[in-house]
Amino acid sequence: MSQDAKIRLDHVQKKYLGSKAPAVDSLTLEVPEGEILVLVGPSGCGKSTTLRLINRMIEPTGGRIFLDEEDVTTVDPDHLRRRIGYVIQQIGLFPHQTIAQNIATVPKMLKWDKARIAERVDELLSVVGLDPEVYRGRYPSELSGGQAQRVGVARALGADPEIMLMDEPFGAIDPITRDRLQNEFLRVQETLRKTIVFVTHDIDEAIKMGDRIAILGEQSHIRQIDTPERILAFPVDDFVRDFIGSGSTLKGLHFEIVDDNVELDPYPTMTVDSTAAEGLALARAAHADWVLLLDASHRPLRWVPVDELEAGGPVTAESGTEVLAKVSLGATLFQALEQMLVSSAAVACVVREDGSYHGVVRLTYLNRVIRQARREAREHYERLEAMA
Amino acid sequence: MSQLTPAQARLGDHGTTTDGREPEGSLPPDLEAPHEPGWLTRARRKHLGLKTAPLGILGLAGLVFWYYQSLNLAESKVQIASPLAWGTKLWPQTVEHLTIAFWSTVLVVVVAIPLGIALTRPPLRRFGPTIVAVANSGQALPAYGLLILFLSMLGQGLRTVVVALVLYALLPVLRNTMVGLDAVERSVIEAGRGMGMTRWQVLTRIELPLAVPVILAGVRVAMILNIGMATLAYLIGGGGLGVTIAVGLKLQQDAVLVIGASIVAIVALTFDWLGALAETYLRPKGV
Ligand SMILES: Nc1ncnc2c1ncn2[C@@H]1O[C@H](COP(=O)(O)OP(=O)(O)O)[C@@H](O)[C@H]1O
Ligand SMILES: [Mg+2]
Repeated sequence: MSQDAKIRLDHVQKKYLGSKAPAVDSLTLEVPEGEILVLVGPSGCGKSTTLRLINRMIEPTGGRIFLDEEDVTTVDPDHLRRRIGYVIQQIGLFPHQTIAQNIATVPKMLKWDKARIAERVDELLSVVGLDPEVYRGRYPSELSGGQAQRVGVARALGADPEIMLMDEPFGAIDPITRDRLQNEFLRVQETLRKTIVFVTHDIDEAIKMGDRIAILGEQSHIRQIDTPERILAFPVDDFVRDFIGSGSTLKGLHFEIVDDNVELDPYPTMTVDSTAAEGLALARAAHADWVLLLDASHRPLRWVPVDELEAGGPVTAESGTEVLAKVSLGATLFQALEQMLVSSAAVACVVREDGSYHGVVRLTYLNRVIRQARREAREHYERLEAMA
Repeated sequence: MSQLTPAQARLGDHGTTTDGREPEGSLPPDLEAPHEPGWLTRARRKHLGLKTAPLGILGLAGLVFWYYQSLNLAESKVQIASPLAWGTKLWPQTVEHLTIAFWSTVLVVVVAIPLGIALTRPPLRRFGPTIVAVANSGQALPAYGLLILFLSMLGQGLRTVVVALVLYALLPVLRNTMVGLDAVERSVIEAGRGMGMTRWQVLTRIELPLAVPVILAGVRVAMILNIGMATLAYLIGGGGLGVTIAVGLKLQQDAVLVIGASIVAIVALTFDWLGALAETYLRPKGV
């Protein structure tokens, strides 16, 4: 057991009154500070129950719960909850209170003074992307679903809790708004660095939001817990594989970045002032069907096919086809793959910040990366097994 | 293969394509201003009724007043003049009538609301249906019978009347309190508890304010029931405007009957209007 776990569940069990099997059975789990741990699993597997055990909305029937290594299994639950942000899918804004009053709920209970609360409300509205001038005096019924959940998140952040529990927070929101809220939340999290347990039944959301993902089966049994990269690269069993579903390899490409550390493939390039013959020689030497034409400041301009070079004549800014798709350094391999699919030469052209040519990403490169990720993940699990 | 944080990697905000497209749309659709909220529209419509009702009541009062003047009591026979004397009969009876209605309504509120709250809390929840059934049957009894029943137990007088009326008018307030509290969305309570509000705080700051409109509607019904029922108070010596109506019936004087009944109607309508005012202005904003 590491000593710096922010949240630690130790053989926690919950058996609801009147049910035979426990809803959560002997769950042991650690969440280090600043991490988003996503609990994902089929409906009814005990995700919400697990989450609600952490802030004692549900009393455990066994095991211990530690926050900051302090045993909170028996502390006053009301006081405990004021330290923990809680966001639910149905949001549950107080309809008779303004947005400002809603957000001020916990600070008020903690007896902050008025000026500090007002300042905090405005700050939080800005954090979640709502103009305080416009929204602080509104009532929840005057908000769209997406706005309401922004307020829900702001309210949970009210007294700056170190821990946030989020139960399918974006589950009832339309896909476009959900995507935006997810991105904004991740951006906010980059500065706030809260310790977050995030529940969802949507594996894609889990992959996107989680620093680590715990895939849960019946009774909250952990089937696999790891980074999304590793889970995608190496699902430990059929349950996990089925749950991830098809396309896990593609999804894994989201996590691989095209950056300076990547050894990019070279590609024959020529500039506008070189001749067709020079270009042809380059293409022949590289066994390429195309030559990339760069402008005077080395920015990719056109894909010139070998046929055209063979025909001779001057190479101009009108030769060949336009370079439509470029990815900048730092893009994901997923983006690179997308560009590859639309590029004439079936490669993704990588450019530096100033737009100048850096190299290309080929399909064989993706293939290499994927196999490497799988190998690393497998080795990781083999090491774990060897240690156990 | 990268030093980027996972969050950055997921966001891809450093890796936008360079073909000139915006990575995201312009104005988020969920930031558009919604239409005027429903509660505001409803409130507006209600205000219209609130403004016209007093005109109707005043009109009725004017009509009664005109009729009363036209009777020319100074020169009419004693069977009419005596029961319709304003200073010694009608006014004191009106005050009596209102006193009965007031106290029974206050007591109904004091008893039924806490009872309704208690019956919606987990430990007593399962008794709710039983208690409502009992209160229901209380109201199913003929009012007359209820009064006589209490007369035999408590004797004559105002106190007996009030007790009987409280029992009779308990149901609407009790039921509405329970319904109003039950209607508060679970998610709102869950959110409150989840933020560390105590049960008491959730009840007083969230549940009761949200249940106010429904509870007030019940109180309004109880009040009107009580004003109507107070006309029977004379049966057991409780006084009230029922006395005048009874005299009108006994002496077969239509004028007395009409005046007595009209005053009861005016009182009832006035208080119904006050109830509507309270419902409108005590309704929490935003709901
Ligand atoms: N209050 C409760 N009383 C009894 N059983 C419950 C209660 N809440 C949830 N359960 C049961 O516990 C199991 C897990 O539920 P839940 O944690 O809500 O699952 P999830 O959030 O993963 O969909 C389910 O079988 C559900 O029926
Ligand atoms: Mg759930």
